Amino acid sequence: MNLAVAPAAPSLLETRAAAFLARHEGLRARLPGDAAVRAEGAALFRAAGLPGPREEAWRYTNLRALAEIDFHEPLVAQADCAGLLARLPAIDAPRLVFVCGRFRADLSRLPDGVEVVTGAPASAADPARGRLVALNAMLAEDGAAIRVAAGVDAGTLLLASLGIAPQGHAVAFHPRHAVELGDGATLTLIEVATGTGTYLHNPVLSARVGAGATLTHLRLQDEAEGAFHLSTVQAEVAERGSYDSFALALGARLGRMEVHARLAGARAAAHLNAAQLLDGRRHADFTTVVAHDAPATASRQTVKTVLSGAARGVFQGKIEVARIAQKTDGYQMNQALLLSPDAEMDSKPQLEIYADDVKCSHGATVGELDGEQLFYLRSRGIPPDIARAMLVRAFLAEALDPIAHEAGRAALEGAIERWWQRQPA
Amino acid sequence: MPAVPETLDAVQAATESGYKWGFSTDIDMELAPKGLNEDIIRLISARKNEPDWLLEWRLKAFALWQTMTEPSWAKLHHPPIDYQDLHYYAAPKRKPGPASLDEVDPELLAMYEKLGIPLKERAALAGVEQPPQVAVDAVFDSVSVATTFRDTLAKAGVIFCPISEAVQEHPELVRKYLGSVVPAGDNYFAALNSAVFTDGSFVFIPKGVRCPMELSTYFRINARNTGQFERTLIIAEEGGTVSYLEGCTAPQRDENQLHAAVVELVALDDARIKYSTVQNWYPGDAEGRGGIYNFVTKRGACRGARSKISWTQVETGSAITWKYPSCILQGDESVGEFYSVAVTTNRQQADTGTKMIHIGRNTRSTIVSKGISAGRSDNTYRGLVRVLPRAHGARNFTQCDSLLIGDQCGAHTVPYIESRNPTAKLEHEATTSKISEDQMFYCRQRGLSQEDAVGLIVNGFCKDVLKELPMEFAVEAQKLLAVSLEGSVG
Repeated sequence: MNLAVAPAAPSLLETRAAAFLARHEGLRARLPGDAAVRAEGAALFRAAGLPGPREEAWRYTNLRALAEIDFHEPLVAQADCAGLLARLPAIDAPRLVFVCGRFRADLSRLPDGVEVVTGAPASAADPARGRLVALNAMLAEDGAAIRVAAGVDAGTLLLASLGIAPQGHAVAFHPRHAVELGDGATLTLIEVATGTGTYLHNPVLSARVGAGATLTHLRLQDEAEGAFHLSTVQAEVAERGSYDSFALALGARLGRMEVHARLAGARAAAHLNAAQLLDGRRHADFTTVVAHDAPATASRQTVKTVLSGAARGVFQGKIEVARIAQKTDGYQMNQALLLSPDAEMDSKPQLEIYADDVKCSHGATVGELDGEQLFYLRSRGIPPDIARAMLVRAFLAEALDPIAHEAGRAALEGAIERWWQRQPA
Repeated sequence: MPAVPETLDAVQAATESGYKWGFSTDIDMELAPKGLNEDIIRLISARKNEPDWLLEWRLKAFALWQTMTEPSWAKLHHPPIDYQDLHYYAAPKRKPGPASLDEVDPELLAMYEKLGIPLKERAALAGVEQPPQVAVDAVFDSVSVATTFRDTLAKAGVIFCPISEAVQEHPELVRKYLGSVVPAGDNYFAALNSAVFTDGSFVFIPKGVRCPMELSTYFRINARNTGQFERTLIIAEEGGTVSYLEGCTAPQRDENQLHAAVVELVALDDARIKYSTVQNWYPGDAEGRGGIYNFVTKRGACRGARSKISWTQVETGSAITWKYPSCILQGDESVGEFYSVAVTTNRQQADTGTKMIHIGRNTRSTIVSKGISAGRSDNTYRGLVRVLPRAHGARNFTQCDSLLIGDQCGAHTVPYIESRNPTAKLEHEATTSKISEDQMFYCRQRGLSQEDAVGLIVNGFCKDVLKELPMEFAVEAQKLLAVSLEGSVG
């Protein structure tokens, strides 16, 4: 029933949105970066507010739990990061460390041959692309602008976010990063988000991949149990360029990773692979929009979700094919395993196609572990919990296997191993 | 509708520019004044001599409707509908005495003749020795004017009559089931229908009865500016079985005509209901002017264990189609099916699909949807499969394929898959493609014309759905597909 009744009192979401706006009013003179972008973000956010459950793109992810929390200014100065730093994957590469959204030069090691600017939010993101992007634009305090010159192979760079919130002092931070790869350049960016306490991490990253360039983007969302992780990536890929990404979500109370990839040049390609492993009462949402805006572009997506406890997984994937994008090849597969009677999976794969000479398909399955496969393993003397773990790993392998970066894949596999160990047998 | 040779000829002769069945019949109409208010609803109710409870039900629906807003989530664009600029009641002029077939307005009969439905005793299928019998409950605008085969059905204990008559003769059944599947306030268009519905069909299959013939309603929108608000209610008691056919054409009109029907199906233990539709209303001209706006709520409740409801539809007409025939699988081991072909050409817009709600244990559902877009049309599949926590062992298989003909059309797929039970197994597949040059070349090389080749390929693409149609419909549906796509290639 849609009985539209005018709300008498502001809703929780409205109250929270007002609090963010008040914070913007108080801080705007002091925050660095482009004031015009900030003002535009604030205007958009003032008009739209936080997304509610009646909004199509948010029908499965409710921000009510977030709206109940009063967020404060981060107390970065007192933070002790040693414990959290130890959680970062042991990859021998330069790294940029942000603590509660602020760059920490003392914890970072800058790369050679790559231009990195910090101290102000990077400004390439378009605030009109989403309400959380608008929120980010109006409150962003810092970020990294990473530029790789044409033809340069920049190797691997680690981008870490540590969220630290003391007991009873929830904090919110909104870093904004930008990555730009010149024509023919290559970079592997490994992003890790972790932390302790209750906080909102709302990062926005915009990526521009030049002609023939390749950006490999590996992400690990291993946020604190009480955290909210709402990230947005906007990638634009020029002709023959490639945006090759994998995201693993394990943590946070409520997480949503939103990726908008636009294939702007002929023969551009995008891989948006992901795995979500959720236990307890966690909620994770992987939402993607791939826009094929040029001929002969290709996109591939394999998204796997494993749910235990009373966890809820969401996948929303949209493939848009513009009239001009003939010879598009779009493929999307999303599969979910429900390991417990209280878990819930919601998935919405979507095709929106305006060109006729295309090959687009998607598939989706939801179910439990195959009883016959379990029986096969058990009949060979493998105990049930190990058999289950084997099958779950085999299930995830399809999404993980395409990761060519050895150290990156090892780090993600290690995180999955640790997740598995914390599950009750 | 039976595939008599005349019909086939008529279909064959149809061309893209002229809608073959776009003629209208002049019959004196009794029109209520334009507009919608409580008085109009009281007028409709009074004309139909309805009991108080039904009037109250209508008024309640109207009150709800006034608080609602038109849904905007579908991928459809049309100018705003002025609900106050429509007539909500139109009836063919009353004749004294009961309307036997002989007394039916000859002009009306002639129109049906033109449409190719013989309202006569037997509908012979060409080449079939023992043709199946088909009973037709003809809906001419809003009032059912002729019903055949009443006797045969009555002997079997089957009730098949206009719903207005059922209100008079079987009030307890109507009261028990009306609105029990689609409540008055279910959605904007269902609420509107509940307030102003004028007629429709009522079918009741008693316990253990297999309906001796296929039942059929022939819809036709006739009067200018008359919204049609059909209400169909089909109940199959324990072990009852029925197959129901619905087919539509409409005369050519310049103005858009609103159609907001509601169909409710109830299947008790072991009952089976098969509901087949061929929808071929006026789609508007090549520029999208005119054409029917079709906002339909169709829903079936598999209330009993092992019950089965099967929807099959071939949608080629209407300027706008907004239609999601659904199954609520409450009974354990109940089965829901949805087979659909939707064709859009020129400026047509279709947003159609289904909902399968799995509530009972071991419930199963199958969805096969074939969308074909040509011209400058938009064709969207929108479907929901929801598994609730109690639905152990639920199964769903969904297949959605889109075929694009030309580079100015759009094909969209929006499935929602929600599972809250680990033992449920859901599978969904969707593909998009065009008619390949290889296929065309192969057909052309064997001497088929371009259009025959398209017809052949499209019929092959839709085979999985067409084979679910009863014979009478299947032949016509194949022709219809070919005719609808004439002129879209080359």
